Amino acid sequence: MPDSDAIRELASACLGQVGAPVTALRKIVESHGHIEDEHVRIVADVFNLSLADVRGIVSFYADFRTAPRGRKHIRICQAEACQSVGSRALTKEMTKALGLELGETSDDFGVSLEGVYCLGLCASGPCAMVNERILVHATREELLT
Amino acid sequence: MSRAEAKRAEAKRALVPYESLANALGADRIARELQAAGHEVVRTGGFGLAWLEPMIVIDGEAFGPVQDLDALDTVALGPLDELPALARQQRLVFDRCGHTDPFEYDPSWLLEQLEREPRQIIEEIKASGLRGRGGAGFPAHIKWQTVYDAVCKTGAPQKYIVVNADEGDSGTFADRLIMEGDPFRLIEGMLLSGHATGADKGLVYLRSEYPLAAEIFARAIDLARTLGLLEKFDIELFIGAGAYICGEETSLLESLEGKRGEIRVKPPVPAVAGLFGQPTLVHNVITLCAVPGILQIGGKAYADIGVGASTGSMTFQLAGNIKRGGLYELPFGLSLRELIEDWGGGTRTGNPFGAVQVGGPLGAYLFENDLDTPLSYEEMAKLGAGIGHGGLVVFDDTVDLVQQAHFAFAFCEHESCGKCTPCRIGSVRGKEAVAALASGEYTESRLEVIEDLCEVMEQTSLCQMGGMTPIPVRSALGWAFSAQGGNRSGIGPK
Repeated sequence: MPDSDAIRELASACLGQVGAPVTALRKIVESHGHIEDEHVRIVADVFNLSLADVRGIVSFYADFRTAPRGRKHIRICQAEACQSVGSRALTKEMTKALGLELGETSDDFGVSLEGVYCLGLCASGPCAMVNERILVHATREELLT
Repeated sequence: MSRAEAKRAEAKRALVPYESLANALGADRIARELQAAGHEVVRTGGFGLAWLEPMIVIDGEAFGPVQDLDALDTVALGPLDELPALARQQRLVFDRCGHTDPFEYDPSWLLEQLEREPRQIIEEIKASGLRGRGGAGFPAHIKWQTVYDAVCKTGAPQKYIVVNADEGDSGTFADRLIMEGDPFRLIEGMLLSGHATGADKGLVYLRSEYPLAAEIFARAIDLARTLGLLEKFDIELFIGAGAYICGEETSLLESLEGKRGEIRVKPPVPAVAGLFGQPTLVHNVITLCAVPGILQIGGKAYADIGVGASTGSMTFQLAGNIKRGGLYELPFGLSLRELIEDWGGGTRTGNPFGAVQVGGPLGAYLFENDLDTPLSYEEMAKLGAGIGHGGLVVFDDTVDLVQQAHFAFAFCEHESCGKCTPCRIGSVRGKEAVAALASGEYTESRLEVIEDLCEVMEQTSLCQMGGMTPIPVRSALGWAFSAQGGNRSGIGPK
């Protein structure tokens, strides 16, 4: 099935649900990794919204990335509880080690680095996620292996 | 054979948490190993004692943190029932969490309660003095009564219960723990509030950063449906998409309607015109999870717990640089010092205490001379602080409070929905002004500019995001530039 048909099917499946456009976009990110302009057009069409409406939704939410992330996607918590146990230093070490700032992806899409605000593990920081895996008491070594 | 080893040899039933933190620390592997050793393993919720995770229970004996099953006796904690960190709590919301398999649910108590007169339930909530646990501390019964009345007066075709599980405050994890560990507590709260107010549709707005809570709660909804609990009241789970502001109730409603999460101007309040313009009871997870406990012991008995108008138990969450961090459900009224020092054991790094931010990113930084203040809505308000969702983030004495003030503005800039100018622009200008301070360009007038900005944001922002950002800013800078604060940043007048 061509990509655009799959996306249309995914979005259409959300019709009738509460908050459907947001859910549809979330599912596109889950299945496709990011949201492309073509997907925006499809979602606008399926939910009878303007392109501006859908672009507005996409730009509002942090999860709705519009470019591919790295195969290894590292997210480090930037919020206060993790700050209190060294997340700023950890972030600095990681940006240096990877040559990437927060929000950047390496040219070969091998790795991307991102900040996240709270994973709800605030007594065990600094916290991070590598793809879907949660790390507590995270260290530079762990994040790099 | 040691006592622990002997216990293990004869024991069969082992409780192992299935919870984000415990899982990150290897609970799955431990469960597999226990199973291989012949135990009947029950995956439970977490007890919330973060420093003991993964914490397991074998035949009533607790162990934690467990890494190696062959060295269990080195982490023996004694009988679970006598573990002070649990036994001394007053668990009304979390009474089942950790002890039970969340999917072994007996609905008989709930079904009995659902036979009660709606008015009777609202009266119990009123008598309990329950206030919203999400941050604002608004008396719950007023919202309930408003939604209840909405049907009588206008005959509105649809009313909603909306659960705010967008737990974005750093230092908080009570919503996650209960949704992962005892999802039926929330389902009970939703069904009871729906029955009492005449709403027949419930929506849970859960943040996307909590995938395990989503998985577990979705399973619980399915089970509730199988048990026939959702015939008169339906529950739907909605997953957010990464926006702190959606924890603000009107922003949350916009997001639930599938739009940008821009806040709405109040009034009307959601209880009058909420989701899709219909009367909507919006509550934080823990508020609704307090409801079953209130009905079990009675509103009056609940009101006797705590102090003054801060009634009942609060699910305090001790986080950050703390030795024994975790969730402690305790009556309101204990002092910050008791919580941080007695329960929490002081800083994890062992350095002297520096500051504690109470109530999330929009909460005040408090210091050594504030620590004897009782944790109640009233006493915290006297300090210009709040309890918020009950999260406390502890910092040791290396904390740079100018940097924290900078972060408060930067966070507001990052998370502002952009609807009102004071928040959208004020956060950026504030960040710049504090950055200039931090880089050594200290002048009295710059502090005055920041204070001016804080006043504008506080007075004119449409919601608490811009309106409360001045709280951490003022408290952090106030201390940093005071004699007591010692000008740790090395800037400003000595």
